[in-house]
Amino acid sequence: MTDKSAWDWDKGDKTIDTTGWSAQYKWVEELHAAPDGQTLAAVVNVDQGEFTVCVNATSWEKTFDKIWHLRFLNDGRLTALVSAMGQWTVAVDGSCWDNTFGFVWNPLFSNNGKHIAVAVQRDMRYCMALNDESWKTDFANMTYFALSPDGSKTAACVQVKDADSGQIQKFQKGTFTAAIDGKPWEQTFVNVWHLAISPDNRHLAAEVRLNLYDYTIAVDAKPWEQIYQSVWEPVFHPADGSVTAPVKSDGKWHMARDGKIIWNRGFVQLWRQRFSPDGSKLAAIVAPKFGRWTVAVDQELWAVSAKQMVTDLAFSPDSSKIAALFKSGGYWKIAVDGDLWSRKFDRVFTPVFSSDGRSLAAKVETKGKYTLVVNGKLWQQSCDMIWDPVFSPDGDKILIRFMKDGIYHRRIELTSNISG
Amino acid sequence: MSEAQNLDNKNQLDTATEAGISRLTPEKIKKVVDCVIKRETGVRFETYMQTCIHCGLCSEACHFYLSHDNDPHYSPAGKIKQTIWELIKRKGNVDRDFIRRAVRIAHTECNLCKRCALYCPFGIDIAYMMLVMRRILHKLAVTPLYIQDTAHSHSVTMNQMWVKGDEWVDTVQWQEEEAQDEIYNLRIPLEKHGSEIMYSVIAPEPKFQAQLIYQAAIIMNTAGIDWTMPAGVGWDNSDMAMYTGDNEIMGRVKRAHFEAASRLKVKKIVMGECGHAYRSVADMGNRWLGWSMPPVPVVHAIEFYYDLLKSGKIKIAKKYEKPVTLHDPCNVVRGAGLHEKARYVANQLCDKVVEMIPNREHNYCCGAGGGVINCGPAFKLSRTEGNSVKAEQLFNAKSRGAMTLIAPCHNCHSGLHDIVHHYEVGLELKFFSDIIYECMEKPEDK
Repeated sequence: MTDKSAWDWDKGDKTIDTTGWSAQYKWVEELHAAPDGQTLAAVVNVDQGEFTVCVNATSWEKTFDKIWHLRFLNDGRLTALVSAMGQWTVAVDGSCWDNTFGFVWNPLFSNNGKHIAVAVQRDMRYCMALNDESWKTDFANMTYFALSPDGSKTAACVQVKDADSGQIQKFQKGTFTAAIDGKPWEQTFVNVWHLAISPDNRHLAAEVRLNLYDYTIAVDAKPWEQIYQSVWEPVFHPADGSVTAPVKSDGKWHMARDGKIIWNRGFVQLWRQRFSPDGSKLAAIVAPKFGRWTVAVDQELWAVSAKQMVTDLAFSPDSSKIAALFKSGGYWKIAVDGDLWSRKFDRVFTPVFSSDGRSLAAKVETKGKYTLVVNGKLWQQSCDMIWDPVFSPDGDKILIRFMKDGIYHRRIELTSNISG
Repeated sequence: MSEAQNLDNKNQLDTATEAGISRLTPEKIKKVVDCVIKRETGVRFETYMQTCIHCGLCSEACHFYLSHDNDPHYSPAGKIKQTIWELIKRKGNVDRDFIRRAVRIAHTECNLCKRCALYCPFGIDIAYMMLVMRRILHKLAVTPLYIQDTAHSHSVTMNQMWVKGDEWVDTVQWQEEEAQDEIYNLRIPLEKHGSEIMYSVIAPEPKFQAQLIYQAAIIMNTAGIDWTMPAGVGWDNSDMAMYTGDNEIMGRVKRAHFEAASRLKVKKIVMGECGHAYRSVADMGNRWLGWSMPPVPVVHAIEFYYDLLKSGKIKIAKKYEKPVTLHDPCNVVRGAGLHEKARYVANQLCDKVVEMIPNREHNYCCGAGGGVINCGPAFKLSRTEGNSVKAEQLFNAKSRGAMTLIAPCHNCHSGLHDIVHHYEVGLELKFFSDIIYECMEKPEDK
């Protein structure tokens, strides 16, 4: 993860006035704030079919025919997908990769921000490119992309046998497989979805469909012996190399590890399973009955539930706490360790834990205005726009990045000033 | 896709389906029937099976029955009697010829339009019964070629037309560029997290009808909507797997759609003018996944246009002058009650609206829905001849002045196109968005 200790954590407010940007350019697209809050950027149009990126009121030197998917990486670099003369590539802080392609999309970034992968198309053939280096093999079709947690390996579902539209028998014999760093598995499947690369980079797991009816998980091309009515995405255990996935059998969803059911009850739905960072706990979003949603931790259900949906299940970095978002009656609430915070909002964005798990904060929206909720308490500012909060390494301070009346603010607050 | 066969002979299906039928054995048929009925049906199925008193009131609800001189073979109860009913009665002990006939009836002679359910004194949902039949046919691997291929496309790409990841984004960006000639700063924002609305479409739009994305962009930008479209899977809201009985793929496709909306943190999903997609998102797919209602509110285009016009976000510069008649799509009228909102939209846009007779929830199906048109050109003739009553309905509206036919649903649009041409009805077909685009005030007009 990013080392945030070198950031400026002195309490105070830094501003960037964006009110002149719209006069400087024909139009300004969405604003993006850097993780450390020091930089504000947007794709801007300078003339018909001519775009650049404005960073703290200064444009990149180069202009492009098109720019999209502008994002800050966790290391603070600014990246975008750019096109010039009909060729696409990746730009980082205004400099382009050497290689160009027919198209690039679906960028993936490593947690530390050092590695960038994209799906690429060249002459209607498909592969992945990582840090400006393409796979040596390309394929007729490619779906579902993955980047290893450390950013060193890429994987995708690829078509290795031809089957034209309408050749259903050929398709049903299996034309797809998974490839890692461009090397496809030897075994083919009817379908391959949702790849996971193991933390040690040695294994690749995927959902596979063996025929029109039988689903299972394949690890390094070898399907589990058990077959199911359906499966959802597999995850690797952080330490022991096992693979865990939701599987459906006898009409119920179960949690399975390496082909064996590990939770003693089934669910109407079960997905988004997560291991705690230390690997000691397994949590998932579940529907214990039709139209009722909650969280299960090591198969134990939280007492609270939501009628509409549960999302954004996450462990704290120290593995001590779990948070999720609960939606009922059109409103969102935050739940931590099975307790729902009392406040409800029109929208809650992905909650963020401090590294020690003591604090939790999230961007929230009520009636079109944004603020933060920190440990259940509201920050008493109403903003036109706010980004996800960032805690200092010790969790005592919080970086708040927000827009108000055209002015961008980078503010450092004591966490206790908001949460009490 | 290979050249279409002519399958006017009712004892013949396409070669792929015939190949599937040739592999069937009595044992396999019985095993699949027993399995589906025992494991996947319950009180609802049993109740329907035991409640029907063969009164025949459903017959005149069916456009196939009416279009075949009241031939009872085409009545809803008659079609059930020739398929799932007989299958249960014989405890799955049927031969290949029975299955061949069942494929033909279940996939090409019933649009799952639910008009029959409206007229059944017990409210028996015959479309559900027919879907159980299609589920069995799916398990027997005898789904018609074209729609099976479409289900395969869904399974690989999460869209119904094998549109690849780059092709989708490229098409959206192409339409954005085209539309910038009209509104210089127009945008189709891709992957804009935190937008109010995720706009989703069906795959024929990027594949064949990109102008509909263009028109939607003009409408969204003029109305000042905070919107986005996903750049990855989930952009397509359609779901033909729902109609092939491949419920597992249906659920997978619907999960991708809702997870795109959830990932983008939008407040609601607005979908284009498609009926079956609405059914898949707001009724069948969501429920297969365990959501009793859509987890993210889903707004069909008719309702969205209604809101834009009612709130004044879209203003009409000059009403559409030709008299129009309005087709009520089954899935958003009988299925979602949007008929009065559709009339509000039509009357706001057009000088004169000539009602079809019957109309609203009593309207006749287009004949294309329920996956019937997706079974391919081989069944086009039987589909159009099976809906002469629709042609009569259209001729009637035309005789009262209608010149344009509004069909706010993709399948309806295609099905009505075939009927208009086959019977030489002489009506011009439009989506609502075609007329809004043509008649609205645009920024340069303000």
